[in-house]
Amino acid sequence: MSTETTNPVRWIDICGLDELTPNVGTAALVAGEQVAIFLLPPAASGAESSPRPEIYAVGNHDPFGGANVISRGIVGDLNGEAMVASPLYKQHFRLADGHCLEDDRVRLPVWPIRVVEGRIEIGVASAE
Amino acid sequence: MNKSKLVVIGNGMVGHHFLTALAERGGKDQFAITVIGEEPHTAYDRVHLSEYFSGRTLEQLSLVEAGDFDQIELLLGDPATAIDRSKKVVTTAAGKSLAYDQLVLATGSYPFVPPVPGREREQCYVYRTIEDLDGIMAGAKRSRVGVVVGGGLLGLEAANALTNLGLEAHVVEFAPQLMGVQLDQGGGEMLRRKIEALGVTVHTGRNTKEIVDGSEHLHRMNFADGQSLETDLILFSAGIRPQDKLAAESGLVLGERGGIEIDDGCRTSDPDIYAIGECALWQGRIFGLVAPGYQMAKAAAEVLLGGEGRFRGADMSTKLKLLGVEVGSIGDAHGRTEGSYSYQFQDERSESYKRMVVSADGTTLLGAVLVGDTSAYDTLLQYALNGIELPDSPEALILPASSGGAEVGLGPDKLPATAQICSCHDVTKGAICEAMDNGCRDLASLKSVTKASTGCGGCAALLKSVFDAELVKRGIEVNTDICEHFGYTRQALFHLIQVEEIRSFDELIQKHGRGLGCEICKPAVASCLASCWNEYVLEPPHAGLQDTNDRFLANMQKDGTYSVVPRVAGGEITPDKLIVLGEVARDFGLYTKVTGGQRIDLFGARMEQLPQIWSRLIAAGFETGHAYAKSLRTVKSCVGSTWCRYGIDDSVGLAIELENRYKGLRSPHKLKMGVSGCTRECAEAQSKDVGVIATERGWNLYVCGNGGMKPRHTDLLATDLDRATLIRYIDRFLMFYVRTADRLQRTSVWFEGLEGGLDYLKAVVIDDQLGLGDELERQMQHLVETYACEWQRTLDDDAAARRFRAFVNTDDLDNGVVRVVERGQPRPATEQERRDLAVTSDN
Repeated sequence: MSTETTNPVRWIDICGLDELTPNVGTAALVAGEQVAIFLLPPAASGAESSPRPEIYAVGNHDPFGGANVISRGIVGDLNGEAMVASPLYKQHFRLADGHCLEDDRVRLPVWPIRVVEGRIEIGVASAE
Repeated sequence: MNKSKLVVIGNGMVGHHFLTALAERGGKDQFAITVIGEEPHTAYDRVHLSEYFSGRTLEQLSLVEAGDFDQIELLLGDPATAIDRSKKVVTTAAGKSLAYDQLVLATGSYPFVPPVPGREREQCYVYRTIEDLDGIMAGAKRSRVGVVVGGGLLGLEAANALTNLGLEAHVVEFAPQLMGVQLDQGGGEMLRRKIEALGVTVHTGRNTKEIVDGSEHLHRMNFADGQSLETDLILFSAGIRPQDKLAAESGLVLGERGGIEIDDGCRTSDPDIYAIGECALWQGRIFGLVAPGYQMAKAAAEVLLGGEGRFRGADMSTKLKLLGVEVGSIGDAHGRTEGSYSYQFQDERSESYKRMVVSADGTTLLGAVLVGDTSAYDTLLQYALNGIELPDSPEALILPASSGGAEVGLGPDKLPATAQICSCHDVTKGAICEAMDNGCRDLASLKSVTKASTGCGGCAALLKSVFDAELVKRGIEVNTDICEHFGYTRQALFHLIQVEEIRSFDELIQKHGRGLGCEICKPAVASCLASCWNEYVLEPPHAGLQDTNDRFLANMQKDGTYSVVPRVAGGEITPDKLIVLGEVARDFGLYTKVTGGQRIDLFGARMEQLPQIWSRLIAAGFETGHAYAKSLRTVKSCVGSTWCRYGIDDSVGLAIELENRYKGLRSPHKLKMGVSGCTRECAEAQSKDVGVIATERGWNLYVCGNGGMKPRHTDLLATDLDRATLIRYIDRFLMFYVRTADRLQRTSVWFEGLEGGLDYLKAVVIDDQLGLGDELERQMQHLVETYACEWQRTLDDDAAARRFRAFVNTDDLDNGVVRVVERGQPRPATEQERRDLAVTSDN
């Protein structure tokens, strides 16, 4: 699922879709930043479930615990919104925009991410 | 400030309760306290004295908690012999003189022995102190037949003890029926039938004339009616008499038939002397139960501190199990109130008897007798104690539901705030509501704050129903759903998985849940799946369910690296293996620390190092230690009989056997065990989920202990077991816990919430009352047979091993891991140290 951005985006090839396991996070190093990538299966229920799996890319750094561990958290949903729980102190972060559900002032960075011909690509702001 | 001198004579249950009640109210600041005890021990639980026969030790029966005797002078084994009231001095047998300003008599009672010629022969005992019990145990070894003189409550308990000691037991009662104080004739008859069916012979209406030499056995008891009975051992339990000799000799006012007269403030005829417990006579009555004694103790403590403590009498209703027979008695059990009438229900097939005594106008319950089925006791007691108006057809209260007697249980809402819920600690419904208003939201904290249901435990079910009703009343939904994705408890989910043979989280959530799941339900379901089917936890359908520790088979630390703990079963390790651990730690730069569970923890492994570390460890013969999992951690052991001069049995050998049997068992929370080779208990087994201690005759099994945040000593489940039975019981216990506990609920907390408590657990594990024994054992055996080391399995699988890379797209390492050296070992850098290091490297 890609997020619309106003800046021009440079897409960086990360890995094959088949290298990801649904519901199991993966970390990638993208332009010096640690990114946590999650592949969710199509929503199990719910009216507006998309037929395709959903992919998210958020920051791997846990702002509460101070360690690079978000990719190792458990993913799921709370009140219908996809989220990841930090493996250190269990705060929840919304995968769509990185917002922490327990503390509105805290959010993880998010990156646009897409699948092109079976490859995962993450978008970074291209140098002007 | 000059403290007043307070002397307390007697350190029995009531005497000790007085000390704690006084201390709780700040009494130690006001009084210099001296306690004189005749027995060589401090207070112990006489109510559960018979458990001494089944292996409960004096230490476990002790009522003394740490600090109880701080600032108190304690003289044990030295009885007080005189009170000089004019000089205000107490003298003891050893010749000590103790001056007092105030004196408390808590001298208790002594067993009444009828004046039968021959009562002083050898192998004749009474049943009151630990020393009495030691004598009985020694005597029982030389005996085949034992007689209890006295068919009251204590006599029947003593008969039970004799049966447990392997004797053919008889009960001889002077009156025409058993338990004449508490039961009417019909109830006494039913009790007799049930007890005789259990192999105890009952002789009622027998007046023992003399005890002489027997021909087959040591004694012959000759009865007034010409009959006789031969026996090897005689136990007198014909009632108690107040221990009032000291008071009588010092001129205090006694009742006509003994007992030290007291007023509502527990003062005797001398205003500086108080009497409490079974030695005291209040309005012409002696109270031979512990709860009224405690109430006197509390009242006396308050009065001594200038308060308004009042003893107002006590309800003598009782509910108990005698020789496994349920018996209950409430209020006017005999229907002696004028104009009262009664209802009776008798079921000869299931052998139960129930009687209600109702006031002349039919509105109030005055008393009741229940034998064989006491399920109506709580409800009836509340009707009687609180004078709650009876329903139109009160007989329905004792009729079986099937015979038209609809469920007429008294809802807790109908109880007034003054209704006493726990009689041991005198906790009212009002006190429970207040504790809940102050934030108690679960049963365990309610018990610890109010002490309700921590005495005899008889009120547990009532307490729970009041608690539940009050939660609802406060609009607090009692939601036991595990999370928003499943409308079930963990216990229910476990059941669904097992019965429907569900093999994956996806299948479970599709059939019984909604949404995607979360970090609450996923690991809980993963644990249930593992407990049922024992599949490799990192199979693709399961991997995403695991907490990070389970997912990487190591323990995540604060900086995102992991610690590694190989299994060292029983804490036994060869020098070669110890060297390997040292080499691995050195080669990978790991911090090492010895754990509390007798193994070695290697800290600071990066994720991508884990497979390399484990291939070294496995090559050296190690296997995974499950330190990362909610499962068996360690079985701690002392060195046992192989080396120790005091060891009775091979604790290390058993610990290794247990650890190898239960390793890998996924459970609601972590499990710790311990095995000690003798009662010195060096393995601290009594603070573990499962503890085993060697005895001369086998192994004692203890369960549901905990160290940590809320320490709890174990309860003794079974004694003197052989190895096979021990393991069978542990199998059943663990599997029952795994099936029924909530997520992240240790055995100690699970046990606190278990309705029926220890008796229920014994019924399930030992007596197999649920008929689950075989199934629980089979299920455990399946898990034992399907065990596989998860690290071995992980290394065998290339795909699994690949998941340990730091990044999917590069071999770079996580630059967030920064170390400094302290005391010769690496540790994570603090934030300040990181900043300092960053500056240095930038320069």
